[in-house]
Amino acid sequence: MTIDPPILQVRALGKAVPGPRQLFGGLDLDVAGGELVAIVGESGVGKSTLLNILAGLDEADSGSVSIEGTVLGPLDEGARTRLRRARIGFVFQAFHILPYLTLRQNVALPLALVSPDAAAAEARADAMLDAVGLQGRGGGYARDLSGGELQRVAIARALVHRPALILADEPTGNLDPTTAARVLALFADAVRNHGAAGVMVTHSDACAAIADRVVRLGADGLVAVERG
Amino acid sequence: MAWWRLSVGDGRLALRWLIGGEWRFHPARFVLTAVAVAVGVALGFAVHLVNGSALVAFDGAMRGVSGAAELSVRGTSPLGFDEAVYPRVAMARGVADASPVVSLPAQAGKARITLLGVDIFRAAVVTPSLVAAARSDGDRAGVFDDAVVVLSRRALIDAGTRVGATVMVTANGHAVPLRVAGVLAGADDAPALAVMDIAAAQWRFGRLGRIDRIDLALADRPLAEANVRAQLPPTAILSTPAAQNVAGDALSRAYRVNLDMLALVALLTGGFLVYSAQSLSVVRRQRAFALLRTLGMPRGGVIAAVVGEGLVIGVVGAGAGLLIGYALAWAALHWFGGDLGAGYFRGGAMPVVFQPLAALGFFALGVFAAALGSALPGRAAARAAPAAALKNAGDVIDPRDPVAWWPAAALMVAGAGATMLPPVMGLPLWGFGGMALLLAGGVVGVPWFARALLAPLARMRRGGVPLLLAIRHLRGAPNAAATALCGIVASTALMIAMATMVTSFRGSVADWLGDVLAADLYARVNTGASFDPATRANLAATPGVAAVVFSRQLPITIAANRPPVTLIARPTGHGLPALIARGPAAPPGTLPIWASEPAERLYGWQPGAVITLPIVPVTGLATRFAVVGVFRDYGRQTGAVIIDDRDYQRLTGDDARDQLAVTVRPGADLAGVGRTLLERMSPALREQVELTRPALLRRVALTLFDRSFAVTYLLEAVAIVVGLAGVAATMSAQTIARTREFGMLRHLGVTRGQLTAMLAIEGGIVGLTGALAGIGLGLVLAQVLIQVINPQSFNWTMATRVPVATLIGVAAALIGAAAVTAVLAGRRATARSAIQSVREDW
Repeated sequence: MTIDPPILQVRALGKAVPGPRQLFGGLDLDVAGGELVAIVGESGVGKSTLLNILAGLDEADSGSVSIEGTVLGPLDEGARTRLRRARIGFVFQAFHILPYLTLRQNVALPLALVSPDAAAAEARADAMLDAVGLQGRGGGYARDLSGGELQRVAIARALVHRPALILADEPTGNLDPTTAARVLALFADAVRNHGAAGVMVTHSDACAAIADRVVRLGADGLVAVERG
Repeated sequence: MAWWRLSVGDGRLALRWLIGGEWRFHPARFVLTAVAVAVGVALGFAVHLVNGSALVAFDGAMRGVSGAAELSVRGTSPLGFDEAVYPRVAMARGVADASPVVSLPAQAGKARITLLGVDIFRAAVVTPSLVAAARSDGDRAGVFDDAVVVLSRRALIDAGTRVGATVMVTANGHAVPLRVAGVLAGADDAPALAVMDIAAAQWRFGRLGRIDRIDLALADRPLAEANVRAQLPPTAILSTPAAQNVAGDALSRAYRVNLDMLALVALLTGGFLVYSAQSLSVVRRQRAFALLRTLGMPRGGVIAAVVGEGLVIGVVGAGAGLLIGYALAWAALHWFGGDLGAGYFRGGAMPVVFQPLAALGFFALGVFAAALGSALPGRAAARAAPAAALKNAGDVIDPRDPVAWWPAAALMVAGAGATMLPPVMGLPLWGFGGMALLLAGGVVGVPWFARALLAPLARMRRGGVPLLLAIRHLRGAPNAAATALCGIVASTALMIAMATMVTSFRGSVADWLGDVLAADLYARVNTGASFDPATRANLAATPGVAAVVFSRQLPITIAANRPPVTLIARPTGHGLPALIARGPAAPPGTLPIWASEPAERLYGWQPGAVITLPIVPVTGLATRFAVVGVFRDYGRQTGAVIIDDRDYQRLTGDDARDQLAVTVRPGADLAGVGRTLLERMSPALREQVELTRPALLRRVALTLFDRSFAVTYLLEAVAIVVGLAGVAATMSAQTIARTREFGMLRHLGVTRGQLTAMLAIEGGIVGLTGALAGIGLGLVLAQVLIQVINPQSFNWTMATRVPVATLIGVAAALIGAAAVTAVLAGRRATARSAIQSVREDW
């Protein structure tokens, strides 16, 4: 039996903010395909900063991040952009569904960034919308949908290009509890079914409960990994 | 495809969706921006087409009159030169054949024509187009008849005559009935010409022994040029068609270049408007771009998206602009003529001559302006950190952020330096370059200016909530105000600059007219007629007349490639125009002359300079003249020189006078004196005399002045309207983009009335900032126009006069427009539910 290497590997990662205040330090984390990790902590402990570093949108002060064996540190901005475009999916708290594109186009956006084949991209987007329970809604616009539905569209967009890593920043922060639970279940299933590595930032322990492991960031820069 | 091989080009589908989606949602914004580009391109192209078409027509007219000779000997003045020059020139080495010509301004019936006297055998070889008759009355011997003339089609039509009929031709003070023996071959739009035998022309029109031109056919051009030049008296010069065209071109070139520049200003304003619109569009879409950057679009992709939009706007706007420009040019040529009313070109309507290269150039300029106006906001959008932009929507304002002043200062210093450089090929190109740099510096400096203007207000602790909020918002986000204002500051500055220059110019012209029109009655004669000594004595003795000053005005050519200078022979004991510079008394061996300001600048005739003038047909020798003064002259852009009439007569033997200025005795009946003056002239002379009062001359002069600037007023008005549209669009968009802020304020208890007041105050302050910046910058640019552009273009100077009423009007219009726009947009933004506003994400 062979063991797949982890998709996301974080080693001795540290980040401080001007002050100096250590947000986190010596963080080690491996996330395998089909695994969902939640990052929790109070406001201001660096959850979103950690997510930005994992996405290559921010720089760490120490340590390294690698995705599918590619270490982000030595990459220039263009290479990181290309890596993000091809191998990472994102889900945001505020959904960020562009109001002037159809839902189908919104979902297909990651594909449109790498290929001019509109028909193929839109067919795949429709399939993803079906998968998140929005059959036949691809021609609609953001204003037609509720918050929960918008986040489903965002999840479809995060998965449409078959990324290796999915990063979610407070994906249920703008939703009521019932809708949040449904969306969260959908997100977790999607990550597992697609075999992607998932990392989700949340300040809610209830949300974190759905994850396979929980990384808790403390105000003193300490890191604790729970469950597993 | 492996992720490391992906590039910007791979994202073109996403770019297409983004651009297409934006335009579907905001078509009005797209259309308005494209219209701004279209207006700029249309005005520029139209003005260029009009100028080009007029020059083509002028070129054709020159060729028609000259018969397209390879080389010509021309008289430097209408007095012509001695016909003895002809055999010497004809026999010069290198000359294959030579055709002498008498050329006189004339009248056929009521039509103004050019009368040419030619030797039919010589002309048939050298300038066959002047003798090729398309139709004749069949009398072949008639061509040698001293009572026949052949007319061009234009002359035939204008004179309202026909072949075989007799027409009265008046030239050089002689009226002669001539039978129309035929029509010259050529198109209907060829110039109005009458051609007759040269000997008959000399005899019948008092030009015995004198000719005006010798057209040459050449065997060896360099040899001919050298040998002919050696044979010429000072009263004749060697001239090519090219030099004639250059001289014609020089007549109106500065005016045309200035109009071209003004038209480009409209295009520049369009570019600023694209910048405003795209800046706002980018700010509004900052989170969308941040999302795309997060999803993997490189910086170049964002820039490509915004520039791509600009390019499409540019292509659509510039394409439409070319069509509109062509239509405008047609209308302008049809209704105003080739000089847009300025009086440089005579004649009726002329066709539009399409210029493909110019069309391509203006199209490219339009697209370039739109692309550049988009590239800067695109670059700013691409530089925003995606993660921060996603969270904050990019609208973080920090009043502590410094606003750089040095880019504006550097541009303005560079601009000021450029204006001090000399003209290039007689054109103030550095002056215009300096104006562009000053303008750019002024626009770039608006954020700093707004911050500085608001700093004292921001220290206020009292005042209503709307006032305090408005001031703090503007002070915290001066760049937002600058974005709204850049187009209007540019167009206002240029409008104020032009208005100040025109006011100064008009005031100076009015003063000058008051100075030169000091007499009570003026008269001049047309078509070469003149007041002979007996008539002059008779007129001077008219009851009620206190004094009569007779003068002679005639064009003299100083250089073949420059338009002629006007020589004014008149008594110089008193009544000279006011001098703006004086020189020492004429040294022994020289005669005193007074040069006009343009003549001084064009030919370097400073006070004290000793020069020669080609006005000595009697002796054939050049005489030296000393410039003893320089007088202001706005009437003759190509220069004028005054010589004492006794000196003139002694030198030239010409005792003709063609202008008179009458001062009547106190209490005399002006109308009665005028009637008596006319009665004392011979009937033939009376036909050719125009008697006017100074008030009428003054009114006509100022009407001509206003008409010549009418197009500039139109261009300014368009620039202002485009700029105001930009302010309206930008203020609306900025206000609507702040909907959530208004929602939050409503949550806190701010009433809708207070919000409206706040927006009105903000709009008013933005308008005031724009007005102050635009007016201040405009007054600086006006000085460049007055001190640099005008002297270098037209060779005259003027005193600055500030159009206070215009300044107040522009400021009021700007403040009002900005405030009203902000309030109207605010009504929409504040009308929505406060809760809905706060929750709105996009």
